[in-house]
Amino acid sequence: MIRSFGYNEFLFLLSAVQWTLALSAIAFIGGATVGLFVALGRTSTIKPVRLLATGYIQLFQGTPLLMQLFLVFFGATVMGIDMNPWAAAALGLTLNASAFLGEIWRGCIQAVPRGQWEAASALGLRYPGLMRYVILPQAVKVAVPPTVGFLVQLIKSTSLAAIIGFTELTRAGQIVNNATFQPFLVFGIVAAIYFVLCWPLSLLSARLEQRYAAPAR
Amino acid sequence: MALAFDHAGDGAPRPISSEVVIRMDGVQKWYDSFQVLKNINLEVHKGERIVICGPSGSGKSTLIRCINQLEKHQQGTITVNGITLDSHHRHLDQVRREVGMVFQQFNLFPHLTVLQNCMLAPMKVRGTSKAEAEAIAMKYLERVRIPDQAHKHPGQLSGGQQQRVAIARSLCMNPKVMLFDEPTSALDPEMVKEVLDTMIGLAEDGMTMLCVTHEMGFAKSVADRVIFMDRGEIVEEASPAEFFTNPKSERTRNFLGQILSH
Repeated sequence: MIRSFGYNEFLFLLSAVQWTLALSAIAFIGGATVGLFVALGRTSTIKPVRLLATGYIQLFQGTPLLMQLFLVFFGATVMGIDMNPWAAAALGLTLNASAFLGEIWRGCIQAVPRGQWEAASALGLRYPGLMRYVILPQAVKVAVPPTVGFLVQLIKSTSLAAIIGFTELTRAGQIVNNATFQPFLVFGIVAAIYFVLCWPLSLLSARLEQRYAAPAR
Repeated sequence: MALAFDHAGDGAPRPISSEVVIRMDGVQKWYDSFQVLKNINLEVHKGERIVICGPSGSGKSTLIRCINQLEKHQQGTITVNGITLDSHHRHLDQVRREVGMVFQQFNLFPHLTVLQNCMLAPMKVRGTSKAEAEAIAMKYLERVRIPDQAHKHPGQLSGGQQQRVAIARSLCMNPKVMLFDEPTSALDPEMVKEVLDTMIGLAEDGMTMLCVTHEMGFAKSVADRVIFMDRGEIVEEASPAEFFTNPKSERTRNFLGQILSH
């Protein structure tokens, strides 16, 4: 029985947006938390820590996200852990996002002039205080535009979670298409919804970049 | 207590305490195979004002940056205030708390106000209360004659004002020694005087100072001792009167000839 694409199908797609957004939010928050430590490790003066963080970044940047999701999802099952698609997608995307954010933020930390580190050190501040009160507040300003830009990537990346069976926007599109056989229409609408989610963020990123590129007060 | 007598620029002898604040013993430093400091031996007494000069690349900045370990030396010992700098972090922390530093590029924290710049280290390093840190900060901002700018950000100030704030920020930690690394080299000419005046005021209050500077007028009138460095070594060490009128080494004469010729 073939249905035609109608209002109900459209509502079904729209309601799947919440899962795309939820997965994006979890991956972003998780990725940011882990990514901060990756960035600190990457800029550490302790060589083993630096190498470890570099290896972590290389690993996740050098393999496809889909493989990472597969490995988390099926790997957990092999190891006897009951991993549902939700948890696998959240964990896989968190790890992936942490590597990318870690590398973005490494650059932002290193963009803070050397003299700032020296002045803070000369005043007697140790690493935690130096980072918290002097370096990171300045790095954050540089970090905001590329981080918002990365969020756009992340939202689009969540579509891969459809393949391990997590029902978000793309998976909802597949389900509707299986019932209606109108792939061009269905996936056109799915793409348009992604665009509506991502475009404002791209604009925001560009605007923030302009604002922070302006000369300091 | 024995008092060594030295001559200030005006010819009047000035008593110098025998208490040694900084002692460098056979300090050597390399960048890869290039030696930047060669067998540096130096004693700085309490209240003494020393000017270090020399051509660029002579190691003078590196020397003072070793004192608070912004640069690590590879051989020899450095003792500050009785604490020998070794691999113990605690010793380094103790030294840095007592040694203030003023940089060529000011290095104020641009995201903080002038007042916050001055309050940060007393609060986070010494654990001073906010109210007390603010009182200390205002005291030193008044001393560098800039209290009305306390709530501005560094970017809103002129270079000379920024450098005075940087001096006040260091003083807020109540240091025993102040290191100046070419404090006027990045300033427009009309702003040099206000910074030098601040430094002179500090000297008159008895602060122990090590200044890397090309301001020979300052060296003549304020320094107890002038040290000339070239190619990583201390070539000559003398009172300003002696240094400027009767330099002993050929290299010193060449250097003075170049900087005093115009």
